[in-house]
Amino acid sequence: MTTTQVTALLPMIATGGFAVVVLLLISIKRMHSLTSALTIAGFGAALFLLFYIRPLLPIDVTGLIVMDGPAYIYITIILGSGLVASAIGYGYLERQDEHKEEFYLLLLLASTGASVLSAASHFASFFLGIELLSVSIYAMSAYITARPRSIEAGVKYLILSAVSSAFLLFGMALLYGETGVMGFAGIAEALRSGSASPAILAGLVMIIVSVGFKLALAPFHLWAADVYEGAPAPAVAFIASVSKAGVFAVLSRFYFASGFHSIQDVGVIFISLAVASMFVGSLLALLQENVKRLLAYSSIAHMGYLLIALLARGDGAERSGAIYIAAYAVTSLGAFGVIASLSTGRGDADRLGDFRGLAWSRPWTAAVFGAMMLSLAGLPLTAGFIGKLLVAASGVGDGLWTMVISLVISSVISLFAYLRVVMEMFRTEEASFVNGITPLDSYVLGILMLSLFMIGVYPAPLISAVDSLIALK
Amino acid sequence: MLILLLVSIPIIGGIVAWAAEKAGTSWPRWVSIFALGLDIIMMIPVLSAIPHSRGVWSAEFRAEWISAIGASIHLAIDGMSLLLVILTLFLGMISVLCSWTEIRERVGFFHFNLLWTLSGIIGVFTALDLLLFYFFWELMLIPMYLLINIWGHENRVYASYKFFIFTQAGGLLMLVAILALYFIHKEQTGAATFGYADLLGTRLSPETGMLLMLGFFAAFGVKIPALFLHTWLPDAHTEAPTAGSVILAGLLLKTGAYGLLRFLIPLFPDAAREFAAVGMLIGTAGILYGAVLAFAQKDLKRLVAYTSISHMGFVLLGAFAGNELSLQGCVMQMLSHGLSTGALFIIVGAIQERLHTRDIGRMSGLWQAMPRMGGFALFFGLASLGLPGMANFIAEFLVLIGSFRVSVPLTVIASLGLIASAVYSLWMIQRVFHGSPSHETPPDISFRETMVLLSMMLPILWLGLFPQTALRVSSSSIEAIAQHRLSHSMDYPGPGSGGLR
Repeated sequence: MTTTQVTALLPMIATGGFAVVVLLLISIKRMHSLTSALTIAGFGAALFLLFYIRPLLPIDVTGLIVMDGPAYIYITIILGSGLVASAIGYGYLERQDEHKEEFYLLLLLASTGASVLSAASHFASFFLGIELLSVSIYAMSAYITARPRSIEAGVKYLILSAVSSAFLLFGMALLYGETGVMGFAGIAEALRSGSASPAILAGLVMIIVSVGFKLALAPFHLWAADVYEGAPAPAVAFIASVSKAGVFAVLSRFYFASGFHSIQDVGVIFISLAVASMFVGSLLALLQENVKRLLAYSSIAHMGYLLIALLARGDGAERSGAIYIAAYAVTSLGAFGVIASLSTGRGDADRLGDFRGLAWSRPWTAAVFGAMMLSLAGLPLTAGFIGKLLVAASGVGDGLWTMVISLVISSVISLFAYLRVVMEMFRTEEASFVNGITPLDSYVLGILMLSLFMIGVYPAPLISAVDSLIALK
Repeated sequence: MLILLLVSIPIIGGIVAWAAEKAGTSWPRWVSIFALGLDIIMMIPVLSAIPHSRGVWSAEFRAEWISAIGASIHLAIDGMSLLLVILTLFLGMISVLCSWTEIRERVGFFHFNLLWTLSGIIGVFTALDLLLFYFFWELMLIPMYLLINIWGHENRVYASYKFFIFTQAGGLLMLVAILALYFIHKEQTGAATFGYADLLGTRLSPETGMLLMLGFFAAFGVKIPALFLHTWLPDAHTEAPTAGSVILAGLLLKTGAYGLLRFLIPLFPDAAREFAAVGMLIGTAGILYGAVLAFAQKDLKRLVAYTSISHMGFVLLGAFAGNELSLQGCVMQMLSHGLSTGALFIIVGAIQERLHTRDIGRMSGLWQAMPRMGGFALFFGLASLGLPGMANFIAEFLVLIGSFRVSVPLTVIASLGLIASAVYSLWMIQRVFHGSPSHETPPDISFRETMVLLSMMLPILWLGLFPQTALRVSSSSIEAIAQHRLSHSMDYPGPGSGGLR
């Protein structure tokens, strides 16, 4: 391992290192504000280092990890989202009767895991990254021990996630048994030389099941609503942004680098998963009375839309996926950020009724939340519009008509769900939540809303940045 | 640059109006008037430089937008857009004035939504990039939705949902069609662009052309509204506040008609010709259906809403008949329907403000108490039934002569709509303003309302007496559309090349 290779890993080393520092600090003295500041500094340092290693791309590190353009994009999204999640976590945790500091430790560890995941080019790093991410998420979901729902969420995620990890391992073992290699590139070579044997396909299907579980694709979505509902809002914000970005990154790398995209049947599996997710997500979102559950189903539908970018073969498809993830991360951080900032120590502000009349009692908060809802619905001026436009374009460009038409129908259905939330905010009754929003929260939400509109109105700089990075492979 | 300001002044004005609410409730109204007035002043130089030859645009503005996918900010005005932009600004001003006393709550936010809707509409009328067009198309929905949802009448939530879902579903189908057209063009020429002029010559196989045309028709047909896609309209128009109804009937429906003329027919001439018979049939059926249902309404506002379906049927008929006369009739119908129906909605709004009901059964002999309003109502009722000397007559007459050349039977049937419209208009006047006066004696219309209605009366008369002034402005754009319609994209090289994979 050369110095350059170590340098390329600096962002991951930084988040990991700061996790150790935070751990030590907690064992010496519990100070919420210092821990939080240190975490934010950690994410900031990692982002800065990321900027610093940009000229090194693309670089292969030890055969386990490859720092290339796509990895760089997803790690940027992950670190940025981690930073935002820890910032919105501060005010939220301040109002809880819990030990607050460990949450930041988990955030840093999970982000490290997700970063490793996005750069993984080998089964070892794939598994290591996904476990580091998931194990931290169990603890984050169950963090508010005073709430039975939170513990339920943690346990539910723990059990189902463990099963999916077993699937992942079994799938990897099958692939290894057939091909004798664990690196993605090696698998591609083995596939090219011989036809795909049933064992390889079985292994691949198992890996798809596991990844489908982590992304909450239908029919592996059953955990999503309960975990979103029970877990504390900042943790959900993290799950919806970082976890999705990391897992999608590894999925698209594995799918293309291992050469599975050339097998027709695999495409059919993904199309069915995508269409099922779109309809399950948008239809079940209609029935929800709880905003966090509603957003859980919305995320299921959105992951379905995202799969279009994975399957489409045109020039812009990879770009569409990255921008979709970025837009979705901004949107869900904003939405859960509002929920977190309105929540009290007694519970999260997640019932529809909690948002009643918000537009009149708290116009700015309502504006942010409304903008996030419109972005989820994919309406113009917001980032969600650009994301959906690009994804639909790559689908149309490759003639994936089943998925594109499903996207249209499912978008119309899910409009009902988002409009219900918007409508609730414009009801004239008084709002039931009265606690004030901390200044930090309002800055963070303001920045999120600005970036939402920036991406939505003038996405050219973002697109060209993503394009120039994707070229680095 | 001028035209960019035209779109962005209402956007900025909206934000200022919202913020100005803190200074007092009349501030947002004045800010809106000022913003729209500024826009109107800016139209003067454009007005003096209308291009009279085909395919020439004035006040063009072009800038990079999302260059990676070939979308640009390309705005321009020709004769047809000019007339519609003027109509937009005029009716925008009218809507601010007519909600002066009706809207008393959350005035700032109301005017914010009003101005943003107008900005979206102006954008739709001037965009020459298909993606930008879609952007504006969707942009006007959200504020319109909020206008109905917050300031509407009893059943507003249901109506606003229905409005939003219908228009959004149509819009998304259009987006898919736009994207498909974009990729087909890219495959044929190698150039990735959403530019209107570039996409015009795209060669399409008959099946693909028909599918894409139907995608566009889904969006425009909902807005116009074409029969079968119209069910959102009576609810939305009835439940919206007066200003919302004026904008819906006067402008939003026109965006659909405009899209038909500007985009659907020129982009898919073959498919449009093939679809013409069906389109004209839907239009004719809509004329009669709207008229008959208008006659059956008990709710005064709903009655006016159904007349819209009937009048807009003429636009559909004229657009698909597709010769210069009928197309000119369409443009004239857009203007005259915007003015006369807008005015009728204002009158209904004023009645509701005084009587707190829209039930025709509870109105009688209002002329006694409100002679001035009665006079105006009679005038706009007559305009609506197409009395010669008023704009609606010219419009419907032109559409009918134009379509006579294409299909005699449909034209004969459509003419029956004129009789039906006479029936419902006169019946409405009779029931509401004549008969024994009720016990209530509501105050007659105020000076402000008189001026508003008077200012809508004059252009109707002007366009009716001197239609040539407007026809001349739009003639070059109409010629271009009629030309495109006749053009063949028949040099289609055969199946396999040019379609989608």
